[in-house]
Order: sequence, then C-alpha cells, then structure tokens
Amino acid sequence: MAKEMKPNEIIQSINYTPPAKPWMELPVEIKPGMFCWGAKAKSLNILGLPNARDWNPSHEDWKLPENWKDTVLEGMADRLKKYRSFKLFMDICVRCGACADKCHFFLGSGDPKNMPVLRAELMRSVYRRYFTTPGKLLGKLGGARDLDINVLKEWWYYFFQCTECRRCSVFCPYGIDTAEITIMGREMLNLLGLNIEWIAGPASACYMKGNHLGLEPHTIKSNVEFMLDDIETVTGIKIDPPFNKKGADILFVTPSGDLFADPGTYTCMGYLMLFHELGLNYTWSTYASEGGNFGFFTSNETAKRLNYKIYAEAKRLGVKWILGGECGHMWRVLNQYMDTWNGPADFLEVPRSPITGTVFENAKGTKMVHIAEFTADLIRHGKLKLDPSRNDDLVVTYHDSCNTARGMGILEEPRYIIRNICNNFYEMPEDTIREKTFCCGSGSGLNAGEDMDLRMKGGLARANAVRYVQQRYGVNMLANICAIDRAALTTSMNYWCPGVGVTGVHEMVANALVMKGEKPRETNLRGEPLPAKGGEGNV
Amino acid sequence: MPIIDFQGKQIELDDDGYLVNLADWTPDLATDMATKDGMTLTENHWEVINFLRDYYQKYQIAPMIKILVKEIAKSMGPEKGNTKYLYELYPAGPAKQACRYAGLPKPTGCV
Repeated sequence: MAKEMKPNEIIQSINYTPPAKPWMELPVEIKPGMFCWGAKAKSLNILGLPNARDWNPSHEDWKLPENWKDTVLEGMADRLKKYRSFKLFMDICVRCGACADKCHFFLGSGDPKNMPVLRAELMRSVYRRYFTTPGKLLGKLGGARDLDINVLKEWWYYFFQCTECRRCSVFCPYGIDTAEITIMGREMLNLLGLNIEWIAGPASACYMKGNHLGLEPHTIKSNVEFMLDDIETVTGIKIDPPFNKKGADILFVTPSGDLFADPGTYTCMGYLMLFHELGLNYTWSTYASEGGNFGFFTSNETAKRLNYKIYAEAKRLGVKWILGGECGHMWRVLNQYMDTWNGPADFLEVPRSPITGTVFENAKGTKMVHIAEFTADLIRHGKLKLDPSRNDDLVVTYHDSCNTARGMGILEEPRYIIRNICNNFYEMPEDTIREKTFCCGSGSGLNAGEDMDLRMKGGLARANAVRYVQQRYGVNMLANICAIDRAALTTSMNYWCPGVGVTGVHEMVANALVMKGEKPRETNLRGEPLPAKGGEGNV
Repeated sequence: MPIIDFQGKQIELDDDGYLVNLADWTPDLATDMATKDGMTLTENHWEVINFLRDYYQKYQIAPMIKILVKEIAKSMGPEKGNTKYLYELYPAGPAKQACRYAGLPKPTGCV
C-alpha cells in the first residue's frame, strides 16, 4: 500500500492546467490510493455475478474472459435499447463544459478525466465508434475510439472515481444525469466481474443476511440492547423495542451502519428514544435490516433483488406503511426506483402519521416516509417537548446528503428540525448546500480504506465549506441524514477540519427530547457532560 | 491475493493482510503479524484479541467498539474502559489492527 497523502501534499498536488496531449492519447495510470480492491470471487459467487475470481487491479492481468469486448458491446447495445435515458445522454451532450468544475473529484484532483463531461466522454467515444454512423466512418475525427483493454481499464478507474452524487447534473443545461452514465458504466463492468470488493462484499452480505454488515438477527438484537443500556444510563428510562412484530402499524428500516458504527449508533439511539416517547406501534426487522443498497452501485438488477426484501417483510408483518431512517442513497432507490422495481405496494396504506394525522401524499406511491419528514411534522404539530439548550455546546452546520437533497428534494425538513433542537445553526455558503450540495467524497461504495487519497481529494470541496463556517462561526458539529456521511465525514473532518464532529440529526433530536419520566440528564448520548444551563460554561 | 508460508502452512491473506480463513488462525500467527508491525503483544493486547475471538464465535462479526470498551472496563478496570486506552494498545485502531491479529475479517459497508 502506498503511504497516504497528507493534507498539504494534496493541496500542492492539485494542478488545473490540462495536459498538452489530447486526452485519448493519455493512457490510464492506475495509481495506488486512488482505487479500491477488486471484487472477490466469493462475493460475486454469492450474488451470481459473472466472471467471479480473485483479481488485483494493480496487476497487468485482470483475468478477463476471452470475449470480453463482445460482452461489453452487447451489454451496451442491450442498455441502449432498454433505457431511453441512457441513449439520450449518450447523444445530446454538446460539451459546453458547464459541468467541468462542478465535480468534487475534479476540484480535489485536477485530473481532467474527473470532469463529468470527460468521464462521460470515456464512454461516449466508444458509443460513437460502435453505435453511430459518423463514429463508424470517421473514427477519431468523429470523437470515436476503439474499445481496447486500456479503454476498459480507464472506464473502471474513473467510473469508480465518481460517487454518483449528481451535482454536475444540476448545472447541465440539458439535464444530463451523469450518475446514470456511471451507473451504466458500472453495469457493463460488472458483466466482466469488474466490481470493487467494498461494494460486492456488502451487497453479498445483504443478499445472504439482509444487511451490508452481515449482522445476524441475534447480533442486531444484542447491539440494540447494548444501546438500550446506554439510553437507560443517560435517561433512566428502560426501552423495550419490538422486533419482527406482526401487526405493527409501521415497519422501520434503517442502514445497518446505524446498528454498528459510531457515530451512527447515537443516531440509532435517537430513533429508539423518539419512537418510545411517541408510544409508536412500530417494529424493527432483523430480515429487512438494511435501508441502504450497495446493489445500486453494481447494477439495477442487483439493486432490485436487494430492495425486494423491504416490501416482502412489510407484507409478512402486515404493517400499514414503512418509515425509513437517515440514509442517503437508500432514498434515491426508494424514491425513484422502488415503485417500478418491486411495486406496486398496493397491500400497504398511504402513510399517515398516527400522532398528528398528517397524510404523506408525497409517499402515496412507495408507502415509505423519510424520518426527517416524520419528525419535522411532529415538531410542526407541537407533539415533542424539546429543550434545545441541551445542545448549546454545539455550533451546528448541516450537510445535505446528495441523494436526499437532489434525489428527493428533502431540503427544509432537516433544517426545520435542527432549528428546533439547537440554538446555534449556521449554513455553509449557498453554492455548497441544498441542490448544489457537495458530496462527502466517499459515496456510492467508495468509502473503503485503500482509496483514502481519492476520498480525501474528493472530500476537499465539502470540507472547505465546513472550514469556512468553522473559522467564521466556530462551527464544531456537522449534522447530516446519511449513514455513509456519518462514516465518511468523520474521517474527512479529522483530516481537513480537526475539531468538527459529525452527527445524525436524530442524535441531536434525542438529546433535546424531554421524555416522560426521565431523570435529570447529566450527559448527552455520547456520555459527555451537558452544557451548563444559561448558556454559560460552554463557549 | 497474497499467500504467506507460516510454520510450514500456506496461509491466504486478503489485500489488506486479513486472514481469508478464520480457521488458519493460531496464537503464533497473531504474534508473528504483530512482530512484523514492530509490536510485542502483552497480556493486555491478548485480553483484547481473546475477547474479539470469543465475540466473533458468537456473533459472526467484530463487536461494536462500544461493546469492546465496556468489556475491557469490566475485565481490566474502568480507567481502561475508553477508546484512548485501546488506541494506545493498537495505534492503527482497535477495529483494524486488533481484528487483523485476531484473525477476524474487516467489517464493510457504511462504516
């Protein structure tokens, strides 16, 4: 493994001057620290994906089948037929360059092939060569090139240097969804077994055990019980949450990271406390125990198979509707794909909050409500007793997760919640939030350990905006509603913005939540002393 | 994937140096991995490794760091029940380094 770069080394290495040679003449160089390990045979076999074998991307031989080129081109032909969006996106780009400097990977690396337009061009050039008349006739003059092994490696390297965050799409005058190009690229690479293990491992665990981490039912229960002990220590309240309860009104599904890794576990404690306080008739499931979907970073078919369990479990348990936890890409999948993949969920009811009576018309199709919508509605109706001063030691900013912001328009709800649970909230600059939010730098399954240089380069743009509010307002906590964010931003903040912590919104909700019968709180959920009352002693 | 020859046995490691087959693990192998990192495993290190292995047998995954901290506090006193102590023992991180010596696979996903 190469030595990881230091922050100043990354800053000094960024060079936005394009190389003198045309891009087609620059062969890909697979650099250590910038890629993830190849998918293992074991993981691909579990998922039933082709060309399962152990391979190393830094080796010359990727152990491809002899007819790999035909496989890719047939795969491309299939998808051009099947997805009109893909065909359209291959055809309509005018290379205006509006997207070029909108990508966090380009901003943090200066590599022109990380410009969304050029990343897409890696594939468009092959599309032109084999699927358009001008490309077939004119070749390179028509912007076309042959598909050879170097081109394939270039695809792999750069389609796994895109987090499918879709920031570039916001700026594209044609509305080209560059994430869909990466998604198609990864689909075709997966026809040859060219996934990464950080995606294939979790996806296979999810296929076998219902969640990415491979937590078994008794492990989930034990982890939750452990959190319940901590909740009791902090609040004096003993909670007994339901698991796999038939006839519950609501099924709750969250990313498994919340059940395992800090600081997600504190967010998880937040859900448990909120539902207990409401007396909600809900249930956890140890079968549909994953909201996230690393299949989505593999192929639509894999994503569909992994997603199926959520509706299946809702049906088995006989719930009325489904509530989902703080996750990012989970919501892109649920909001934009689930209904047509695994629906219609006509055995469920249109979600209605049993506490406020609010009907979530927006979730009429999928029957799934995001917990930020659910909690914002509770606060709006005055159903929660909150003491924001318990969060007075925090100076908070909010990171919009790419998928909830751009994928489903959840912009106001988390902000509304945060304003009601803490007294110090500052926004990052407007070009870096809401629809224009910068990616954490590690989304779409790239949050591994071996690609740390890539992650920290990709995380620079987001961190730079955090640093601005850190220096200007003394921000010390970065709130978000995504499990990958909670893991990835913790690393990125330690690297770029030491002193800034990371939290899920529902951790802060639970700290501010005044519960019936609780003992006077002395610490927050992390066991840290609460700030002194009256706003003193914490600044 | 790399294969190492240890005490006359071929042992397969993954790209990050974790054991591919849990059954290949022996205390000697853990000591050897630590020595290669320039570390000597003391009784305190073994306390962590043994707990990780027992936990894995029962739950098929490494414990949450919280659980490890609490366990260490129970067996070695509350002053050692914190992540700081664990990082002193395992500078590369208890989740990564101690799991590797204990022969456990690395957790993957949103972590």
